[in-house]
Amino acid sequence: MASSADAKNEGLVFHPMDQFIVEPLFGAGPVHWYTVTNVTLWMALSVVALILIMVVGTSKRALVPSRAQSIGELAYGFVHKMVEDVAGKDAVPYFPYIMTLFMFIVLSNFLGLLPMSFTTTSHIAVTAVMAMVVFFSVTIIGFAKNGVGFLSLFWISSAPLALRPALALIEIISYFVRPVSHSIRLAGNMMAGHAVIKVFAAFAGVALISPLSVVAITAMYALEVLVSFIQAYVFAILTCVYLKDALHPHH
Amino acid sequence: MEGDIVQMGAYIGAGLACTGMGGAAVGVGHVVGNFIAGALRNPSAAAGQTATMFIGIAFAEALGIFSFLVALLLMFAV
Repeated sequence: MASSADAKNEGLVFHPMDQFIVEPLFGAGPVHWYTVTNVTLWMALSVVALILIMVVGTSKRALVPSRAQSIGELAYGFVHKMVEDVAGKDAVPYFPYIMTLFMFIVLSNFLGLLPMSFTTTSHIAVTAVMAMVVFFSVTIIGFAKNGVGFLSLFWISSAPLALRPALALIEIISYFVRPVSHSIRLAGNMMAGHAVIKVFAAFAGVALISPLSVVAITAMYALEVLVSFIQAYVFAILTCVYLKDALHPHH
Repeated sequence: MEGDIVQMGAYIGAGLACTGMGGAAVGVGHVVGNFIAGALRNPSAAAGQTATMFIGIAFAEALGIFSFLVALLLMFAV
């Protein structure tokens, strides 16, 4: 262990962003699209956890639910109510997709909180794919359900006529920025929280402030548990909002 | 020498871009504060509006995320 004077000269003992490095699971070498990496492992683990809770846990369909079954029922009821309340009754056919998104994100976030694990949702590459799929499917649903009438989303009929072209420009920009903010919100929140924990962990190497940093890690960890759930909730609820816009484009 | 000045400018710009996140913090605090002020006046109506509060938070937060994105681009992409 380096002394405090050495640590001051060399900066942090380890870099806080080291935890986000994608590396092959078996051996070393360049990462291709088919390489099995730690991202693959932790994504697979969250899918396994999802199947364990939602498929295996509820397979008995007991009248008095077991612990796994009541977690599954709670999650199902929670997301179903959210889709109905936010996106409306006619968005219920798209409920399975939002449920899958929510469960996958919340389980990835929670698995990423385990020590020595890898947070797959902290990578923009992962969240951008989910956000782009939401963006394209919502746009396609909008045009399929409303035809050209979907464009009235950008033409706000309640505004004065002179303002409408300017508002249409703003609406179009904000429409195309949606996948950017949608993906970076999740990735940025997860990355920032985990990096802060690692920064405090590096401070623990200095004996003078190590008790303070352990307390800070505990507090940040508790906040991260909350943020993990809220960000998954926000991702799902924004998907519902976009879906509502696609189904009812008239302001 | 010139490259060093460019990198210095990029790092200063990244730090300046992060001040935009303070604006997002003000916005999110404003949304939640007003939600709680309203919820204490009419607690029975509060439960139904939690989703609206989170949508408001998400939209206020989005602009802070853009400044975070600019900082990230300056740090790693420029």
